[in-house]
Amino acid sequence: MPNPLDKRLLFVTGKGGVGKSTVAAALGVVATRQGKRTIICEVAQQERMSSVFHTQGVGYHETEIAPGLFAFSIDPQRALEEYLLMQIKIKPLYELMFKNRIFTYFAAATPGLRELVTIGKVWELAQLDRRVKRGAKYDLVIVDAPATGHGIGFLRTPKTFGDIARVGPVKRQADAIYKFITDPALTSVCAVAWPEEMPVNETLDLRRSLREELGLDLDEIFMNGLYPELFGADEAAEMREVLEREQAANGEGSPLARAALRAALSEHRRATAQQEQLGRLRSESGEQVVALPFLFRPRLDMDAVGELADAIEAGL
Amino acid sequence: MNVEELLEGKQICICAGSGGVGKTTTSAAIAMGMAARGLKVAVLTIDPARRLANSLGLPELGNEERLIDPERFAAHGIEMRGELWAMMLDAKRTFDDLVERHAPDEETRDRILQNRIYQEISNAMAGSQEYMAMEKLYELHQEARYDLLVLDTPPTRHALDFIDAPERMTRFVEGRSLQFFLKPGRLGMRVVGRSGGMLFSVLKRVTGIDLLQDLSEFFQSFGDMAQGFSERAQRVKELLGRRETTFMLVTAPERDAIDEGVFFWRRLKEARLPFGGVVVNKVHRDFTAEIGAEFVPDAVSPPLDGLPADLRGLLGDDDLAARVYANFERYQALAARDRENMAHLTERLEGDCVVCVPYFDEDVHDISGLAQVNAYLFGSAAERREMFAGV
Repeated sequence: MPNPLDKRLLFVTGKGGVGKSTVAAALGVVATRQGKRTIICEVAQQERMSSVFHTQGVGYHETEIAPGLFAFSIDPQRALEEYLLMQIKIKPLYELMFKNRIFTYFAAATPGLRELVTIGKVWELAQLDRRVKRGAKYDLVIVDAPATGHGIGFLRTPKTFGDIARVGPVKRQADAIYKFITDPALTSVCAVAWPEEMPVNETLDLRRSLREELGLDLDEIFMNGLYPELFGADEAAEMREVLEREQAANGEGSPLARAALRAALSEHRRATAQQEQLGRLRSESGEQVVALPFLFRPRLDMDAVGELADAIEAGL
Repeated sequence: MNVEELLEGKQICICAGSGGVGKTTTSAAIAMGMAARGLKVAVLTIDPARRLANSLGLPELGNEERLIDPERFAAHGIEMRGELWAMMLDAKRTFDDLVERHAPDEETRDRILQNRIYQEISNAMAGSQEYMAMEKLYELHQEARYDLLVLDTPPTRHALDFIDAPERMTRFVEGRSLQFFLKPGRLGMRVVGRSGGMLFSVLKRVTGIDLLQDLSEFFQSFGDMAQGFSERAQRVKELLGRRETTFMLVTAPERDAIDEGVFFWRRLKEARLPFGGVVVNKVHRDFTAEIGAEFVPDAVSPPLDGLPADLRGLLGDDDLAARVYANFERYQALAARDRENMAHLTERLEGDCVVCVPYFDEDVHDISGLAQVNAYLFGSAAERREMFAGV
């Protein structure tokens, strides 16, 4: 299995709420540890990276958030302006266009245009020969992609536009992007899952539609949020017995100890249910699944990302 | 407060929230609970978990509502005094129906339905799913066959994406402005106005003539219906603001989700949309039971001084006792974090409108799971407190 961090472009996708942004950030940290100059792109203007890395407003700048690790938040409007400026090259003409009300309508109304320029910008960042003036090259571009449902649509945009525009510059651009993102030597798509019924189903659906609609395979699946298996089945049975005995002893004994035992039994049930989902994901996807721990932390900060990065390094 | 009180006199309950917070489950649980209390309820959902759908006896939900067999509830000891109907939203079908309804003639209808751009967007256009969900809601409300409609909104990153959908739809159909300068004619395209001409040549350079032609054709055909579409979007928007409608925010106890919840609540107020309450799912319970009256900010977890020794005594296994203790510390830390976040939320919202559901040890994916959730959603604050104590 080739390491997804050895590609030039890496899409991290998954259902909402599974920790996609945190995994994307952790992948960035791992890549940086391997000496790769890396940039993490956010596409939904969530500014999650700013809060994870304690930096103020990443925005539409290639911001260095840690040594060798950059972040960038793609604003489709800015990306469109940048693209058109590159295409038109004549500044007054371009300005005329942006001042035109009709053009504003055009840009807002054209379905998928925002997605196209967004993925176009991602592609541009991944070029060794950057189109943007003075753009430095990155070894790896990591995209915190939209949640699964929209994610497929997002990845399909270049193909859609390539098909609609039969000839012309958009067609050429869209085809070039499509070729790049479907080239397994250059681009990798990874999914983040969560050890529950729905997210596992969605990950399996994502894998299927990627294959059917784009001919792409998931490079890696990260099962995030796994509780440690702290207790064996025998130990759980024993604790249940002790707890029952204690509860029967009406008000005697330590209420705190009872609470701790209930928490331990809860942990055991959760970990067991999660392992079932992990097993199901492994057997039904037939892919390598990297297990990532649940982070028992009050906030997902830099330390949390570091912990996740360690687990990714161990699992990849 | 509980969900029944929060929904008093309401005909529409819109469950909003960002992805992954248990919106679908909460919508189903609310609908089931209200139906059990005697109402005729329809729940409109996007993508129910397969096991949940199966458990409701709905292997394939269609774009039409279907009655859920009351026997299924009886089997789980739930007395169903009303009716529960469910449907799965199909955005593309709803969009097609809408085109059919508004198209002035068959030719226009077919031209749109067959337009390549339409085919691409009817499913994928940002906001189209959200809008189509509202559209269906509006349609069902007009038909007035139910006492209560519960809408499980499509998964969005922001809960807010949903309330902006009618605006976006209107903006989209108003792309008709394009047809004024791009009229397909026999000689390709006729361009109106001088700056239009300049603009056109620039656009052509960027996009290529084909794409422009398809787009122009699309907006041209759509333009004939834009009026009807915009008016309808306006009425859909009005429905959201009516007294019989309420927004229920579904969220999780993590700080990001809570902050987004507060933001959502403010935005609803600004937009003068009716806010019903907040359901916070997956709240880590405090096993020491001092979780307080719906999360009092100053509740303190008791010191754990004597605990290691007590556990060693009870279990007679030092290693096991140490693991139980370490796990308990982590559990308590999560409970403390959630308590703090919940207090933060309660302080910011006006009135008593927060209902917490604990993080269950196992996934909720069947009727008995929904019943378990409902014990919290429909219980009194005191009952919830007792259940959270988890004895």
